[in-house]
Amino acid sequence: MNNALSITRSIHDWLFSIMPESVASIVEMVLIALVYLGIFAVAGLFLVLIERRVAAWFQLRIGPNRVGYQGLLQTMADALKLVSKELTGTDKADKFLYNLAPYFVIISSLMALAVIPFSMEFQAFDINIGIFFLIAISSIGVIGILLGGWSSNNKFALIGAMRSGVQTISYELSIGLSLLTMILLTGSLQLSEIVAVQKEGWLIVQGHIPAIIAFMIYMIAGTAETNRAPFDMPEAESELGAGFHTEYSGMKFAYFFLAEFINMFLIAAIATTVFFGAWLSPFGITESIPLLGVFWFLLKTMTLVFLMMWFRWTFPRLRVDQLLTLEWKYLLPINLVNIVIMAFLVWTNLIIKF
Amino acid sequence: MGYFSNIFNGVKTLLTGMSVTGKYFLTSRKGAITQQYPDNRDTLKMFDRFRGEVIMPHNENNEHRCTGCQKCEIACPNGTIEIIWDRGIDEETGKKKKKIDQFVYHLSMCTMCGLCIDVCPTDAIKWGQNFENSVYDRTKLTRVLNTPGSKLQPGVED
Repeated sequence: MNNALSITRSIHDWLFSIMPESVASIVEMVLIALVYLGIFAVAGLFLVLIERRVAAWFQLRIGPNRVGYQGLLQTMADALKLVSKELTGTDKADKFLYNLAPYFVIISSLMALAVIPFSMEFQAFDINIGIFFLIAISSIGVIGILLGGWSSNNKFALIGAMRSGVQTISYELSIGLSLLTMILLTGSLQLSEIVAVQKEGWLIVQGHIPAIIAFMIYMIAGTAETNRAPFDMPEAESELGAGFHTEYSGMKFAYFFLAEFINMFLIAAIATTVFFGAWLSPFGITESIPLLGVFWFLLKTMTLVFLMMWFRWTFPRLRVDQLLTLEWKYLLPINLVNIVIMAFLVWTNLIIKF
Repeated sequence: MGYFSNIFNGVKTLLTGMSVTGKYFLTSRKGAITQQYPDNRDTLKMFDRFRGEVIMPHNENNEHRCTGCQKCEIACPNGTIEIIWDRGIDEETGKKKKKIDQFVYHLSMCTMCGLCIDVCPTDAIKWGQNFENSVYDRTKLTRVLNTPGSKLQPGVED
């Protein structure tokens, strides 16, 4: 029984002791939602800062290092600036949808955050269809992007939104299939069980060759899913201004921006959970201290986030036809063959287990 | 090229690109090409040809070297310099003589071309080393270069 669990358990007991059960459960839900909102905001701002520093280092620059120690407060200052800015809009915009769109994007990424197992106990919602839920939720975000581009009454925004639709719908397949390949190994969609299976070796080791292929496909498709370079056609600066969020300003723009970074974190977190054993330490070196699970989880996730940043600052942007060729002619067939190989491996028990 | 060699080529070239950028990332600490804003304002020595603003040096007796010949005012292509002058009585000879009242310099109009400094026959104006010229009020950019009560340094006109 570790400390974090006993604290949450005692808060839980205290809440249920001072008020009726229905009220207490609602209060508990609100508290957990607030905690996750806090994580969301902090992680988003922190990721923006990391992105800027890493980008600077890739380009032999220094990056923001003035506000706070090594620029730690830079993105806080940026967020304050964005909050204080005027919310502009176009004249003939569909006002209702225009205002609704950022919330679609941000709520979908917030909902996905709930099922991520940060540690053995630190998981808000251990649903038994976890992976399925994540895939479903991550495609809701594109509705917000489509709405934002459509309702802005701006041709660049519309083109960006349509490109985003094409891209997300295509690459959704690859993400789903590559995760399905790993599900063959675990036999369960529940994230806590996926982690439990990996106590005998991380899935990328257990499934060796097909798992590595699945991981590569997942990372490519995940980068496309988050609309980041080299798949950033929805907001291609040189072609579309700012793409689907051209007409957004102030906090609404910040929602799109934060959601993009949280989505990047989510893609990395799912990869960590499914391929790299989530909060499990390598070779079980810190198994006796469950609190360190959060550390291992974040370390693995940040490594994958760095990998995505590395992609962004290395590869040039694809054309739309190249994007679709890559998905439909390469990733999808490889993925389907990969599933068959993985099924064969599981059937003949050729997986590596410690 | 076949389908599979295409894939392997693609992966290989992507990894080559990533190794190049990865090397840059690892060496960026040593090889950063941007310079930071100078914090060491006390010890900072700008280079000789730095053009910050036009200044008029005064010596310890509050004397400058400007005779009020207005050559700089004529040389300036965009009317940055305005010399307000009048005639005073020269103490030695008792004759009327031109002297400057105010040497007005509009920094907001200056393009730092340096023609005024090139043309000055008595080296009365020079390039200053100040690089922080931003102010909150536009009128602060209009400066009077000669200090109040200053007069011409003797012997400049000889």
